[in-house]
Amino acid sequence: MKHRTFIWFILPSALAMFVFIVMPIVSVLVQSVYAPHEQVVREVESCSVFGCTKSTQVDQEATKALRDAEPLGRFVGGDIYSDRNHLAVSEIAAAWRSSPRLGSFVQQVLNLPFYGALAFTLTYTALVTPLSLILGFVVALGVNAMPRLLRGGLIFVSLLPMIVTPLIGALILFWMVDARGILGSAIQYVVGDPSLSVKASTPLMWTMLIVYGVWSSAPFAFVVYYAGLQTVPQDTLESAMIDGANRWERIRYVVIPHLLPLTTFMALIKIMDNFRVFEPIVSFNAAAHAQSLSYFIYSDLGGETRLLSSAAATSMLTIVGVVILLSPVLMRTWRSFGRSAA
Amino acid sequence: MSSAADRRPFALQALLTAFIVLWLVVAAFPFLWTFWGSFKVEGDFFSKADWMNAITGPLTLAETGGRLTGAGYYGAWVQENFWRAALNSGIVVVSVVCISLAFGTLGGYALSRSTYRYAFWLLIVALICRAMPPITLVSGYLLPFFEWNLWGHLPTAIVVLVAINQPFTLWMLTSFFRNIPKDLDESAMVDGCSRFQAFRYVIIPVMWPGVITTGLFSFLLAYNDFAVTALILSKENQTMIPKIAGFLGTTQTKGNVMFAVSSVVSVTAPLFILVMFFQRQIVSGLTAGAVKG
Repeated sequence: MKHRTFIWFILPSALAMFVFIVMPIVSVLVQSVYAPHEQVVREVESCSVFGCTKSTQVDQEATKALRDAEPLGRFVGGDIYSDRNHLAVSEIAAAWRSSPRLGSFVQQVLNLPFYGALAFTLTYTALVTPLSLILGFVVALGVNAMPRLLRGGLIFVSLLPMIVTPLIGALILFWMVDARGILGSAIQYVVGDPSLSVKASTPLMWTMLIVYGVWSSAPFAFVVYYAGLQTVPQDTLESAMIDGANRWERIRYVVIPHLLPLTTFMALIKIMDNFRVFEPIVSFNAAAHAQSLSYFIYSDLGGETRLLSSAAATSMLTIVGVVILLSPVLMRTWRSFGRSAA
Repeated sequence: MSSAADRRPFALQALLTAFIVLWLVVAAFPFLWTFWGSFKVEGDFFSKADWMNAITGPLTLAETGGRLTGAGYYGAWVQENFWRAALNSGIVVVSVVCISLAFGTLGGYALSRSTYRYAFWLLIVALICRAMPPITLVSGYLLPFFEWNLWGHLPTAIVVLVAINQPFTLWMLTSFFRNIPKDLDESAMVDGCSRFQAFRYVIIPVMWPGVITTGLFSFLLAYNDFAVTALILSKENQTMIPKIAGFLGTTQTKGNVMFAVSSVVSVTAPLFILVMFFQRQIVSGLTAGAVKG
């Protein structure tokens, strides 16, 4: 295709991505090095019969004029990145000096909001990705073993947790594990503690969020593995059997190698999706126990005072995180493309 | 297809069957439970006394005189103006799907037919864009949108969602267009068509299966979105998902969780119908990238 035609075809799409994905990233970068203007303070002298007193007063007009003139705020460089709500450089240094053991140091670091959110996001990604792949694989094996007639219905039901809106799927689960809901009562009954509540316990909340994550992302793995199972080379399977391979060996040496490329593809997609975990925390009202990076940005942006600079700094750090997560894939693509081009 | 390698011993078959039954319960029961519960009063849906109350509904009988009640639906749709949010959602979703497909088919076709290096790198850039959490982009939008008075309107949300949709749409459509043989449009060009005419008269008539599948996923992305619509739309222009989140904030104190429950059921119903009719397309779309990749 000629360059000129290519440009005309790609233009609307590329323009949309440039203006609304690349430019916002630039805008985030710029906002993150500016802080809102402080209020303009003026000293006034008020005199009365008892003499004169000096007091300071906020000059509303001057403040407004300054803010209108420079809506970005004042330039602060990397200050927002290093403050307590983000990288917390000085707090970490203090914690390192004051804590005798590594354990208490880690404890103090995780109490800082940004590191707490990072810890949850990484834990969630690291657990949900493999668990949902495994669950999806087992479900695919199971559905594959069912009579052909039933499979359509089985696929329909299995797709539901993934298709349903994340916020809503999480809400439905949350209502069920509520202390007065069916699962909540069941848990209380099993543990034998009628006062047990998911809302009040951090470990339980983390577990529920991860259970939701696995529940909602297993169907994707299921569908892809199921499609993969349909294309397992039957001849290879049969010849392996003739050569005396038992069932396990056939799965180990024929089926799993066949499905491996699918697994890397899905792991990539799922890591990207899980790293942005957000809606379940809103639904579970879990902010007191677990925050993710996305939720951290959301809570800065929402609310009465929109902390745009703070949100922008967290966003930048999140973007850096995404790039680090993607870098192995990018490196591999780079190398394999170089090879195929050469 | 039942070759010897497919046959399983009885114990294994029984184990797999039991597992599948368990999975069906896990996957479907929450929806059935919520659907049934949405016709009860709050005292039954969240029953402190006995979980069976949510099924039999003694309090619903006492409060409303019937075993089932539509009070939650009435409250949400009529009292709390959920119909407006539904209308807004409809506008947003239809526009997003149409615009992103229009942009995406043009771009995807070009990417699938170009043999130059930059086409490959454009796809990689799109992949990186796809990985950006939407909320990080939203924090970049807010300040300019406030400054230029764009914040709060439906068209703004539509344009933003189209853009966030583009990377995914491009990837999917590119892989569909690669499956349409090059000879088709090239022979049209030999016969004297321009590139655009070849696209218009040869490719468009055969591209619909891929476009429909991609459209389904654009639909889901726009319909399910919370991060963008919650922060970019003003209260009057809210779509359904942020509206439900709003119910939780305000009405939990009033004791009207049932508004949220009934609107959750209302939002889920179209999705069920969608899966029912387009199951094959959804499955093929999910596997399209993977099986070839």
